[in-house]
Amino acid sequence: MSDAPSLRTPSQRIAWTTTIVISALVFIFLIAPILAIMPLSFSSGSYLTYPLPGLSLRWYDDFINSPRWMNSLKNSMIIGVASTALSMALGTLAALGLAQWKSRFKPLVLAFVLSPVVVPGVITAVGLYFFFAPIGLTGSYLGLILAHTALATPFVVITVGATLQSFDTNLARAAASLGASPLEAFRRVILPLILPGLASGALFAFATSFDEVVIVLFMAGPEQRTLPREMFSGIRENISPTITAAAVILTTVSVILLATLEALRRRNERLKGGGG
Amino acid sequence: MTAASLTGADAETKMPLKRRLKQAERARQIKALALVLPLLLFLLFTFAGPIAGMLWRAINDPEVRHVLPQTITALAEWDGKDLPDEKAYAALASDLQAARAAGTVAIAAKRLNYALNGFRTILTSTARNLKTLPEPGTAKETLGRINPAWRDRTTWTTIKNASGPVTGFYLLAALDLVRNADGAIVAAAPDQAIYREIFARTFLISLGVTALCLILGFPVAYLLASLPPGRSNLLMIFVLLPFWTSLLVRTCAWIVLLQSKGVVNDGLHWLGIIDEPLRLIYNRFGVCVAMTHVLLPFMILPLYSSMKAISPAYMRAAASLGAPPLTAFLRIYLPQTLPGIGAGSLLVFILALGYYITPALVGGAADQMISYFIALYTTETANWGLASALGAVLLLATVLLALVYGKLVQGQQVTGGMKN
Repeated sequence: MSDAPSLRTPSQRIAWTTTIVISALVFIFLIAPILAIMPLSFSSGSYLTYPLPGLSLRWYDDFINSPRWMNSLKNSMIIGVASTALSMALGTLAALGLAQWKSRFKPLVLAFVLSPVVVPGVITAVGLYFFFAPIGLTGSYLGLILAHTALATPFVVITVGATLQSFDTNLARAAASLGASPLEAFRRVILPLILPGLASGALFAFATSFDEVVIVLFMAGPEQRTLPREMFSGIRENISPTITAAAVILTTVSVILLATLEALRRRNERLKGGGG
Repeated sequence: MTAASLTGADAETKMPLKRRLKQAERARQIKALALVLPLLLFLLFTFAGPIAGMLWRAINDPEVRHVLPQTITALAEWDGKDLPDEKAYAALASDLQAARAAGTVAIAAKRLNYALNGFRTILTSTARNLKTLPEPGTAKETLGRINPAWRDRTTWTTIKNASGPVTGFYLLAALDLVRNADGAIVAAAPDQAIYREIFARTFLISLGVTALCLILGFPVAYLLASLPPGRSNLLMIFVLLPFWTSLLVRTCAWIVLLQSKGVVNDGLHWLGIIDEPLRLIYNRFGVCVAMTHVLLPFMILPLYSSMKAISPAYMRAAASLGAPPLTAFLRIYLPQTLPGIGAGSLLVFILALGYYITPALVGGAADQMISYFIALYTTETANWGLASALGAVLLLATVLLALVYGKLVQGQQVTGGMKN
C-alpha cells in the first residue's frame, strides 16, 4: 500500500487498513443496490428475484409499447428541456449580474436565489398548488416547467457563477480596448471561455428537472405525468419488472449526464493546468 | 496665484472625473442589478409568492366570516362570559337561512368541526330544521329547542374564535395546543395531540440518518482525501453515481433488495442465518437504510472538500513532535475537519427533515414524517389551514438550520455538495 499517507507504525497500518475495509463496504452499500436492480430488468420471468429464470427483453418491449410509460418519458423530456432552457437564460443573466454587483445586500439576494434548493420539496409543492390552481397553472405543462425552472436555476447560478469567478476580466477589457462592443466581447471572448461552465449548469438543471417528483405529484394532471411520477405510482402499487426497465433507462440517462460532466471537468482542469 | 485658487483649479479638473467615475460605476451597478432582476421577479412568482401564500393560509380564517357575517358582527361585542344575547341568536338564524339558500353551510361546518368535534352536525341539523325565521324575540328559544348545543357557551366561543380574519388556531394545532373557552392556550386533548410526536419522529429519523451518514461517510471521505488524485477520482465514481441516480431508482432498488423474497433475505436464508424472511422494508429500518443511501453523498462531498484542504504537513509535524497517531488524529486532524463535519451534518439533516418520497414508499404508517402529513392534508382531506401551519413550522426549522449552515460555510466555496 504505497499510496497510504506515511505508514510507519503497525497501529497506523491497522488504522489505514480499517479505513480501506470500511470504505470498501460503504462503496458496496452505495453501488450494489443500483447494480442489483439492473439485471432484473432483463429477466424472462415476472418475479423480481434471483437467480434469473432466463434473459429476455420483454420488459423493455413492455415499456416501449406502453403508451403510459412512453408518454411519461416524452413529458420528462419536454419539461426537462424547456425548464433547462429557461433556467439557463435566467440563471446565466443573474450570475453575470451578481458577478459585477457590489452591495451589502448581495448575500441576502444570493441566499434568496439559492433558497429553492434548501426549502423542502413538499413546502414548495403545497405553495405552488395553492398559488397555481386559481390561475389555471396546475395540470399544465407551463406550470410544471415554471416550477422546475425555479428549482433548477440555483444550480445554474452556482455553476456559472463559479466559472465567472475564475474568469479573467482583463480579457473582456482587452476586447473592449480593441474596439469590441460589449455584446461582441461577450459573444466572442467571454462566452467561449465560460461555455463549459454553462454546459455543466445545463446538465445540473436538466438532471434536477428529470429527477423531480414531489412537485409533479402535486401539480401534474394525468397528461403531464413524468417518468419519476409514473415510477412513484408503480412502486406504490406493485413493482413489476417494467419498473426495473424504467429504472435502467433513468440510470442510463444519469450516467450519460455524469460522464459528460466529468469530461467537462477534466477539460477544465487540463486548461487550468496548461495556463500555469 | 494663491494657494486657494490653485486648489480650486485642481478641484475643477478633478471633480468632474471623480463624478464621471462615480456615474460610470453607478451605471454599471444598475446594469448588474438589471441582469439579476428577471430571475428575482421569476422567483417571486414561482417560489416566494407561493410560499408567502402558504404562510398566509396558515393564519387566514375566512370561512365562518364568509358564511355567518351577521353572527360575527353580533358576537363582536359579546364578552364571552355568559350566553350571547337575543340579537346574536337572531343573526345566526338569519345567517343560517341565507347560507342554506346559498348552499354554503358545509363550508362553515367543516371549519368549525376542526375546532370542536361534532360542530358539523350541530350546524347542519340546525340549518335543516330552521324552516322559517323565528318570530322576533324568540330566536334564542327556538335555536335552543332545535339543538341544545346553542345553550352551551362553548358552541358560541368556538364561533367567535373562528370569526377571523386571522387566527392562530392552525398554528396552535400544529403544536398540539388549543384555546379553551376562556381564551387561554392549553394543551390539546390527548386523542387530538399527534403533531408533537410527528415532529419528534421527524427529528429523530433525521438525526439517526445524519449520524449514520457521518459514521459511514467519514472514513470514505478520509480515504478519498488521502489517496493520490488519480485513484480518488476513480473511487469518486462510487459516490457520484448514486448521487446522480434518480431517487426513485434507488428507492425502488432498496425495495427489491429488502423485500421478503428479496436478495438480502434470500442470501441470509441461503447462508443458513435465518429460517423465516426478516421484515426489512415498510418499517423504520427500511426508511433509515434507504434515506442513508440517498443522503450519504451529501455528507461525503463536503467532508471530502474540508479534508482535502488539510495539509498533511500538520500530521507529520505532530508525529515528529512525538504525538502517537491516535493523539495526532484526535487533536490535530479531527479539529480541522469540524467545519466539514458541521456543514455535511447540517446539510444532510436539513434535507432529511423535509423528506417525503422515500418514507412514503418504504415506510409504514408509524414511520411517516411531517412532509407526509402536509401532503395528506393538502391533497386528501383538504384541511389547507393545518397543512399550511405544519408547513410553516417545518419551514421555520429549515430556515433556522440553513442560517446556521450559511454562517458555518461562510468564506468556503460551497456549491451545494456538488463540487467535485
